[in-house]
Amino acid sequence: MRKISFREAMREAHHEALAKDPRVFLMGEDVGKYGGSYAVSKGFLEEFGPERIRDTPLSELGFTGAGIGAALGGMRPIVEVMTVNFSLLALDQIVNTASLLRHMSGGQFSVPLVIRMATGAGRQIAAQHSHSLENWYAHIPGIKVLAPGTVEDARGMLAPALADPDPVVIFEHAELYNMQGELPEPWSTDITQAVVRRQGKQVALITYGGSLPKTLQAADMLAREGIDAEVVDLRVLRPLDDATIMASVAKCRRAVIVDEGWKTGSLAGELMARIVEQAFYELDAPLARVCSEEVPMPYAKHMEQAALPQPEKIVAAAKGLLA
Amino acid sequence: MTIASPPAGPVPWQPEFALAMVRDMLRIRRMEERAAELYGEQKIRGFLHLYIGEEAVATGAIRALEAGDNIVATYREHGHALLRGMPMRTILAEMYGKREGCSRGRGGSMHLFDARLRLYGGNAIVAGGLPLAVGLALADKLQQVERITACFFGEGAMAEGAFHEAINLAALWRVPVLFCCENNLYAMGTALARSESQTDLCAKAASYGVPTAKVDGQDIVAVHEAAKKAQQHVREGKGPFFVEFQTYRYRAHSMFDPDLYRDKKEIEEWKTRGPLHTFTARLKAEKKLTEEQFLALDAEVAKEVEDAVAFAEAGSWEPVEDLTRDVTAP
Repeated sequence: MRKISFREAMREAHHEALAKDPRVFLMGEDVGKYGGSYAVSKGFLEEFGPERIRDTPLSELGFTGAGIGAALGGMRPIVEVMTVNFSLLALDQIVNTASLLRHMSGGQFSVPLVIRMATGAGRQIAAQHSHSLENWYAHIPGIKVLAPGTVEDARGMLAPALADPDPVVIFEHAELYNMQGELPEPWSTDITQAVVRRQGKQVALITYGGSLPKTLQAADMLAREGIDAEVVDLRVLRPLDDATIMASVAKCRRAVIVDEGWKTGSLAGELMARIVEQAFYELDAPLARVCSEEVPMPYAKHMEQAALPQPEKIVAAAKGLLA
Repeated sequence: MTIASPPAGPVPWQPEFALAMVRDMLRIRRMEERAAELYGEQKIRGFLHLYIGEEAVATGAIRALEAGDNIVATYREHGHALLRGMPMRTILAEMYGKREGCSRGRGGSMHLFDARLRLYGGNAIVAGGLPLAVGLALADKLQQVERITACFFGEGAMAEGAFHEAINLAALWRVPVLFCCENNLYAMGTALARSESQTDLCAKAASYGVPTAKVDGQDIVAVHEAAKKAQQHVREGKGPFFVEFQTYRYRAHSMFDPDLYRDKKEIEEWKTRGPLHTFTARLKAEKKLTEEQFLALDAEVAKEVEDAVAFAEAGSWEPVEDLTRDVTAP
């Protein structure tokens, strides 16, 4: 066990990947000289050189597409997009090429590409830098979508993502980079399963990414009121690990989904639909969800916080199911 | 754009090579004429974008490449696939949607792929293939593989941001991409002058510091000689090169297109500059080709086409149980 930040864990994972495999290279806006907009690649340019730590122009579509081509050409590119909002400029290449090349070509091509991007709100950077569009990507067959919410996953998810023969999109909630956590040695991470982060019996709180710390906090608050909540960390947003989710729902018989995306058309909605399809008769209460308010993310701190899922809202939703 | 005057001067090629060029163009032409008939018979459905009229471009350019080079093409790529070495049978079977097609019938006419031939599609997003080509070339450069990537696209693609982002990256990183613009004057039904403030396509490419050439795409000799020089530049590691091939599509954009946006007279004028008949006429005038030779070649190609049709007809359908196969790796 050692204490480490989420950022440092990501940095170590990248360093290891670059040192181990000459096919791996990192490309994106300000990954090199600037050191990465979230400092994940600080110092890498000096160590690995400009060919492998490749600063790009502001051309999300162009360099994401180049990442796809390089993956087809035998490399293992990591494409860093500054934020999920900017990734919309690259959506065409991800959705119209990377995700469907294998199927459309009758199985001839693999696109072993990792695309990383920051997501989420909380730092007062307003509506064009703060949204949570994970579900847009989780909608697409042909790609895997990961959302590390712990330092262990930040440290461990990159290697299996790079080893995956298909495109993998990793969402890093920007509020998590400074989070400190205990990294077990050796750590164990896979990119196939959800994980129960806290055992409980009365209500399942199902969440991922940046909402995980808030949900764990809510579980602590519930415990102080004598309510025993379980916390499920999805970790993998596509394909969803139905087995872990349904086992938790069956055990607790009540569930609250916590998702920083907007409620309409959300991942939370998909989870609720699956629970209704697969575990309806296990439920003792209707399902509940805590999502972001349906507004563009405001700048002012009190307004931003009001728009987001908060531990108090999660507690209220859970208590509502137990009333 | 005015139609370039017919080429002058002798064909600078040996008769065997010239004949091979005729044969290549003829194979595309006859395959597609038959595909259009099969579309009428409802054997082929969906979109079918014919290359008829533009054959000199793919023929002259691909003959200038090496077998190990990468090719990225568009949804109007039957000719490119054929000349890269994909059997006509495999192409027809794909158009039919049969399992014996190059993409198991999942792609159809617009999505011809062959990993072994390094043919990366068959991209039906206009300009979608350009960033991909830059990445393929970057991978070769990083791995020190001596290979170039030829990327075909229409002039319509040059209005897309993807073109500008891709050519900037290619020039900035000096990666070996040969940008082959097939300027057939119409982006579906919209004429170049109605969609671009700058109709000099080479000027756009040149603004990124990329060397360019403007070529009469109806003249196979001009196409091939220009492509040879351009690919040499790229192969020598001097960075990307942009060639505009000025050409014309004789058929409608797709089988759904009623072709109402251009003057029939314009089409007829361009047909007088057809790449196949003007080249064979030149060869005949220079006594490098006889009518008998041409007819024999045509008969041989007709046989190949009928064999391909029979193969496609006899092909099988992928079982529905395989529907979700190859969405992700097993």
